[in-house]
Amino acid sequence: MIDQERINEYLKTLQADAENGGYLLNPDREFLEDLAQGLLENTDRYGYQACPCRLANGNMEKDLDIICPCDYRDEDLNDYGACYCALYVNESIANGEQEPEAIPDRRKEVLAKKSDPIKKGAAVSKTAFPVWRCKVCGYLCARKNPPERCPICKAQKERFEEFVF
Amino acid sequence: MANIQHVEGQDKGKVLIYTLSTCSWCKKTKRLLKDLKVAYDYIDVDLEDMEEQDRLELIIMKFNPRASFPTIVINDTESINGYKPREIKERFK
Repeated sequence: MIDQERINEYLKTLQADAENGGYLLNPDREFLEDLAQGLLENTDRYGYQACPCRLANGNMEKDLDIICPCDYRDEDLNDYGACYCALYVNESIANGEQEPEAIPDRRKEVLAKKSDPIKKGAAVSKTAFPVWRCKVCGYLCARKNPPERCPICKAQKERFEEFVF
Repeated sequence: MANIQHVEGQDKGKVLIYTLSTCSWCKKTKRLLKDLKVAYDYIDVDLEDMEEQDRLELIIMKFNPRASFPTIVINDTESINGYKPREIKERFK
C-alpha cells in the first residue's frame, strides 16, 4: 500500500505539471487518488510509471508507449474527451458537465500498424540535422540526438522518435 | 495457477473478473458489483507471474480481443468489457 501523504504529494506535482502543459486532470478526487496509487505502485514495481490501467511487461523498452503520459493520450482526449485511464480529461469533464466513460484501448491496433516501421536512419534528409519529435507532447527539435529530457514536458529521451516529413 | 480471490454476495451465476490491481476502472467495477451484492471472483493479472499473465491474456482475448481490463466473464460464455455501469446493472438486476 502507498501511504496517503505520498499520494497527496504526487498529485500536487501531477496537477502542477498538467497545468503547465495545458492539460486538465479528472475532477473526481477519489478516482484521482486511485490512479495516483496505481501509478506509484507501478513506479515502485517497474522503476517507471507504467499506465495503471494496462498490463505492463516490465521491460521498459516494451512499455515505452504506455509510460504515463502515454503515446495515446492526445488522440484519446481528442476522440473521447479523456485518456484511457481518464486521468487527463477535456474541459467539459473537468468542469463536471460530462462524465468520463470507459473507452476502447487503441494500443494493440496502433502497435499492429507499426509492425513495419521506417528503419532508423533510413530516411533521407536534406537538412543538416535529423528532426526529433517528442511522442508525449509533440515538441520538435533539429539536432544530432534527442535531448535527455524534453524541454517542454520533461519526457525522457527514449520517448522521442525521428520525425520524417 | 492463478490466484483467484472470492467476494461474497448473491449467486448470479459464475462471475469472474480479470482485473489489474492498479487500475481505477477495475476498482470501480469491483465496488459496483459489491454494491449490487453480486458474488464474484477476480484475478489481479498484474500480480501473476509472466507465464501465467501470458496464459490469462489468451483466455481474456477469447472474450475481449483488445485484452483490456476489466473483462467480466459471465458463466464462461459472455463478457462485459470495461467499466460499463449501465450494462453491469442491467445484467445483474
